[in-house]
Amino acid sequence: MQKFNPLTNYQNTRKSIGYVTRKQATEKDYKRIGFMSGLEVHQQLKTKKKLFCHCPAGILHNHNNFDAEIIRHMRPTLSELGEYDGTALMEFKTRKEITYRLNNESACTYEIDDTPPFIINKEALEYALEISLLSNLNIVGEVHITRKQYLDGSIPAGFQRTAILGVEGHIQLKHKKVRLIQLSIEEDSCREVSDIGHKRIYKTDRLGVPLIETVTYPECYTPDELREAAEYIRFLNRSTGKVRTGMGAGREDVNVSCKGGTRIEIKGVAHNKWIPELSHNEAFRQWALLNVMKKLKKQVKNQKEWKIKSIQIDPIQLKLQNELMASMDFSDMEVYAVNLVGFLGILSHFTQPNHCFANEITDRLKVVACIEKPNMYHSEEIDGSSVKVDFDKIKELLHANDDDAQIIFWGPKADIPTALETIEERCIMAFDTIPPETRKSFKDGTTIFERVLPGADRMYPDTDAAPIPLPNDYIEKLDQNLPVEIYQRYEQLRSWEIPTDTDHYILRNNLVPVIEKIVKLKIPAKFIGTFFGHTLKYVEGKHKKHEDFKYNRIIKMFEYIQKNKLHYDISKLMLPVLIEHPNMDFSSILTSIHFKKRSLEDLLAPVNYLNEKFKETDSKTDKSKVANWIMGQLHMQATGNFALNELKTKIENAIK
Amino acid sequence: MEDIFQGYKGGALDVLKKYNVRVWGTAKITTTRGDFEGTILPRSENDDDQHIVLKIITGYNIGVDIMTITKMKETGYKKANYKIPEKEFPFTEGLPKVKLFGTGGTIASRLDYRTGAVIPAFSPGELYGAVPELADICNLTTEKIFAVFSENMGPKQYIQLAKAIGKEIENGVDGIVIGHGTDTMHHTGAALTFMVQNSPVPIVIVGSQRSSDRPSSDAALNLMHAMFAAGNADIAEVMVCMFGPTSDEYGLLHKGTRVRKMHSSYRSTFRTIGDTPLAMVDREKIVNLKKEFKHRRKDRNVTIKPYFSDKVTMLYYYPGMKPDVLDAMVDCGYKGIVIVGTGLGHVNKELYSSIARAKKKGVFMFMTLQTIWGYVQMFVYETGRELMSRGIVPGGNMLAEVAYIKLGWALGQTDDLEEVNRLMITPINDEITEREPYNGYLLYQGGIPEVEEFIKEVHK
Repeated sequence: MQKFNPLTNYQNTRKSIGYVTRKQATEKDYKRIGFMSGLEVHQQLKTKKKLFCHCPAGILHNHNNFDAEIIRHMRPTLSELGEYDGTALMEFKTRKEITYRLNNESACTYEIDDTPPFIINKEALEYALEISLLSNLNIVGEVHITRKQYLDGSIPAGFQRTAILGVEGHIQLKHKKVRLIQLSIEEDSCREVSDIGHKRIYKTDRLGVPLIETVTYPECYTPDELREAAEYIRFLNRSTGKVRTGMGAGREDVNVSCKGGTRIEIKGVAHNKWIPELSHNEAFRQWALLNVMKKLKKQVKNQKEWKIKSIQIDPIQLKLQNELMASMDFSDMEVYAVNLVGFLGILSHFTQPNHCFANEITDRLKVVACIEKPNMYHSEEIDGSSVKVDFDKIKELLHANDDDAQIIFWGPKADIPTALETIEERCIMAFDTIPPETRKSFKDGTTIFERVLPGADRMYPDTDAAPIPLPNDYIEKLDQNLPVEIYQRYEQLRSWEIPTDTDHYILRNNLVPVIEKIVKLKIPAKFIGTFFGHTLKYVEGKHKKHEDFKYNRIIKMFEYIQKNKLHYDISKLMLPVLIEHPNMDFSSILTSIHFKKRSLEDLLAPVNYLNEKFKETDSKTDKSKVANWIMGQLHMQATGNFALNELKTKIENAIK
Repeated sequence: MEDIFQGYKGGALDVLKKYNVRVWGTAKITTTRGDFEGTILPRSENDDDQHIVLKIITGYNIGVDIMTITKMKETGYKKANYKIPEKEFPFTEGLPKVKLFGTGGTIASRLDYRTGAVIPAFSPGELYGAVPELADICNLTTEKIFAVFSENMGPKQYIQLAKAIGKEIENGVDGIVIGHGTDTMHHTGAALTFMVQNSPVPIVIVGSQRSSDRPSSDAALNLMHAMFAAGNADIAEVMVCMFGPTSDEYGLLHKGTRVRKMHSSYRSTFRTIGDTPLAMVDREKIVNLKKEFKHRRKDRNVTIKPYFSDKVTMLYYYPGMKPDVLDAMVDCGYKGIVIVGTGLGHVNKELYSSIARAKKKGVFMFMTLQTIWGYVQMFVYETGRELMSRGIVPGGNMLAEVAYIKLGWALGQTDDLEEVNRLMITPINDEITEREPYNGYLLYQGGIPEVEEFIKEVHK
C-alpha cells in the first residue's frame, strides 16, 4: 500500500473540489458552487439612554473596571429540548458558569434581569422607524416586544427583547434590487471578556444599548455583491445621522450557503471589507464537506451502525513521540484514543485554507465539551506532526485497520463523556449533513465553530411589555423628514462630477448633507467632494484628530474663506491645523500657516526678477518650463489669495 | 362552542368576521402600509380593539392596524396543541419522600413557541420533564390543593393547607414543599407556623421571582434547594426557601415568622428581619447559620390549629391621621387592629380618644413598626406610655404582617382579650425574639461569608 501523506491529501482534496482563492475566483466559480448569501446588519442607535432602562448608552469600560459580579447559569427551557433525555441532562451538567461584570455607571438591576423593563426608549423607536421607512419596509401597525432566547449567556435574562418594525422592503444596488425580510429593534448583548473551560465572563456595558437589525433575503450571489449590500445598508443607516459609529457600533452576521449546503451564520463581522473573503471561504468549506460526504459514502459501508471505538490510554507509558504529546502536562486529565472506522483521508481533507476536517472536531471539543485547545492529536496532522510509530501503537490498541483514522484527545475526567459523544456526533453528521452552525470569524478569512445554529422556535411574547400602536399620522410625519435614499446620493455625487473613488468615504461619514451646505456658499461641488474624499481622508491619516472636531467646523471654515474673499484652495492648508485644533479661530489658523493677504501686484512683482534668475542658469529652456518654475516659487504665497491657474496665466503673460 | 376569535372584540372582531378569518388561521393581509402574512394569534383581553396580532414566519409577533386593512384572506389553519411531555418520576431507594403541594402560580413550565403560551408543569411526571435533577434529590409526590394567585391567598387557603399538611405528616412523609407565589409568601409562612405546630419534618415554602420559561429563571434552582431542604434538613420548622444572593449560588432558609419580601423584583428579595437566616442550602448540603432551631423527629405528633378570624385589620399610621379612620374600623366591627406605628411605636395625640373608644368596645390593639427593623419600645417617650395606658399592646419585634396573621389566628380561637393578649406576646417560633444579634441587621444577606467579614472589620 502506498504511504499515506496527510499534507498531500490536504492539497489533493483542495484541488479536487476545485477550490480557488478569492483573487482567482470568477463569477463562474460562484455559479459552479451555487454561492448564496444574505446579511443581518446590526447597527447601534445614537440615543442617550439604553432601550429598556435608563442607564446611559455608549459608556464602555475596560475588562477590569467593574463594581460587582454576579453568576448565572442558562437552563435550557423544555421546548428547546423536546423530551428531556440523557443527552440533554449531560449537556446541562457540563454547562457553563457565566459571570457578569457590572459597572454602576453603565448598568443597573435591569441588565441582570432583577428589575422588569421600563417603557421602550421612544427616541430609539423613532430613529429605528426612520431607518425602516428609508429601507422601504411595510411598517407594522403595532409593535410587539418579543423575547428571543439565547442560551450562550450573552444576555443575563436568557432572552433578548426585540420587536419587528417593518417587513418586506428593499434596497437598490448598482445592478440589482436586494429584498429585505425585516427590520427589528433590539437590545444589544454583553461583550465577552473570556471563555475558558466551564467559565465564561461577560461585561454588561454594551448590554441594552438600542440596536437595529436589517435582514436581507439570501439574494447575493457573489462575495462582492454581498459586500455592496452591506455597504449600502451601512450608508443608509448613517445617512440619518442617528446611529453610532466606531468600533463595534455596526456589525454584520453573514449567512452563507452553497448548492446542497446549509445556512451558516458567520457572526459579528466588524468590518465590511472582511465579508468577501469570509463568505468565499465558507461557501467552499461547505463545498468541501459535500465532498467529504461523497467520500465517506464509499469508505464507510454501514453508516447506520457506525460508532467510534475508544480506549483510555497513558501517553507516558506509551512513550508517544509527538512533540506536543511529549510536552503536555496530563495531570488532572484523562487521555483517550479513538478509532474512526473508514475515515482515512477524511481528517486531513481540506475545508478552509490551512484547516482540515479535524478542525471541525477540535473546535467542537472546545465549545461543546469545554476542553481548551490543544485538545487532540490525530493521525493526519497536515503540518506533518503525526508520528507513525505513535499511531502504530494506538492502532494496535484499538484493533484498527489501515483505512481508519485515529484521534487522541484529553480533558478533565468530567468532560470525557461529552467529548466522546461530540466526536461521534460530528463524524456521523459528516455522512449526510452539513450541520447548521454559527461561526466566529477571523481576520485571515477563516471561521471556527461557535455554536449550533438555534432554530426559529425560540421567540415568544414579552409579557412584561404592552404592544405599542404606530398610528398613521405619526408614521406620515416621520416619512416627511427622511434623508434621501442612498442610490439617489450616488446620482447626486455623479451630477456634481465628484470622482467615484470618494463615494465610500463620503457616504460612510454621511457627508452629502455637509457638502450641500458648502455648495450653497458657491464653492464648486467637485472641489468639495475631493476636499473630503481625498484631502480630509489623507489628513485624518496623518494628523491626530481632536475629539472636539466636527464637520460643522469645516462648513464654518468655508464660510470664513468666502467672507474674507480668500480663494478656497487655502482650505487644504488650513485643514491639518483645524483637525488638531478645532477650537482655534480661523485667523489664528491662517497665521500659524504663515498666510499673508497679498494683492495680485504684490504677487507678480518678483516675476521679472525670477525670470532673469532662471535665464542665468539655463537660457535655452522653453517658456512653459520657466513659467512652471516661477509658479513653484510663488505657489505658497499665492494659495488662498488667487486661483492658482489664473496666476499661472498671468505669469505666462508677464514673461512672454 | 369553541371561541374562534379568542380575545378579539369591537372593531378588530368585526374585521375578522367580515373576512372570515379565524384565530390560528394563516392569513394574507393587504393594507395601505403593504402586505403582511402570518398566523392570527389570540389577543390579550385588555389590549385595544384596533389591531390584529400576527405571528410572522420569522417567529416574531406584530400588530396590524385594522384601519389600514383593505383585504384579508385565510390561507390555512393550524391550531395550537400544547402538552407538556410527561415522564414517570423515577423512584430511587434511599432518597427521602417529599410531598409537593401546589397552591397556584407556576413552579415549572414550558413554552409553546408557536403561541407564546406558558404551559404549567406540576405533576411529578411533568416536573421531572422540566427539572430532571429533582429525581436525584428525592422521591416526589404532588398534590394541587387549589389554584390561586399569590395575592388571593387568604385565611381560607391557610386553613385548607394546614389540614392537608397535617394529614401528609401523619402519612409519614419526610418533608413538605409548598409551591407559592412570592408576593404573600411570608404571610403564609407565618400562618402555617401558627397553624401547624410541633411538626416533626421541614415545611418549605418556595417560589420564583423570574418565571420558569426564562433560561435564567430562579425556579428550577429554588425547587431543587427546597426539595433538598425538605428531604434532608434537620430543621423541622416552617421556612421560606429562596435565593440568597441574586447569583445562582445558594438559597437561604428563612424562618416563616421572620421573613419578608424586601424588593419588588430582585431574585434575592426575601430577607430574614431582625435575625440571621436559619441556613444556607444548595443542591448538596445545608449549612446552618443559626445554632438553635427545632430538630427533625421520628414521631408524627403534629398539632394542627386551623383557626382564623377575618375581623382583624391593619392601620398604617401617617402624620396627620384623623381619628375617624380608627373609629370607622371599630364601627365596622373589627375586633383586632394591628397598628403600624412610627419610630419606636407611636401615633399622634389626635388618635388618643379614638384608641380609648376602641378599647372600651373590646377591640384588641397591637403595636408594630414601620421601621421594619427593631423593637417596639413604648416606655422611652411620653407618647408610648400614653398609648399603652389607653390599651395598646406593644408587639416587640414582631413584623407587622406576622402580627396581622397571628392576631387573626388568635381571635379565631377566642374572644377573651386576656387570652388573646397571652397568645400574642407568647412566641410560637421567634415571631418575637429576646435579642437581636449584630449580624441580624444585614440587608445584604446575599454576601455570606464576605459580608460577615466586612461587618467584622468595618465599624457600622
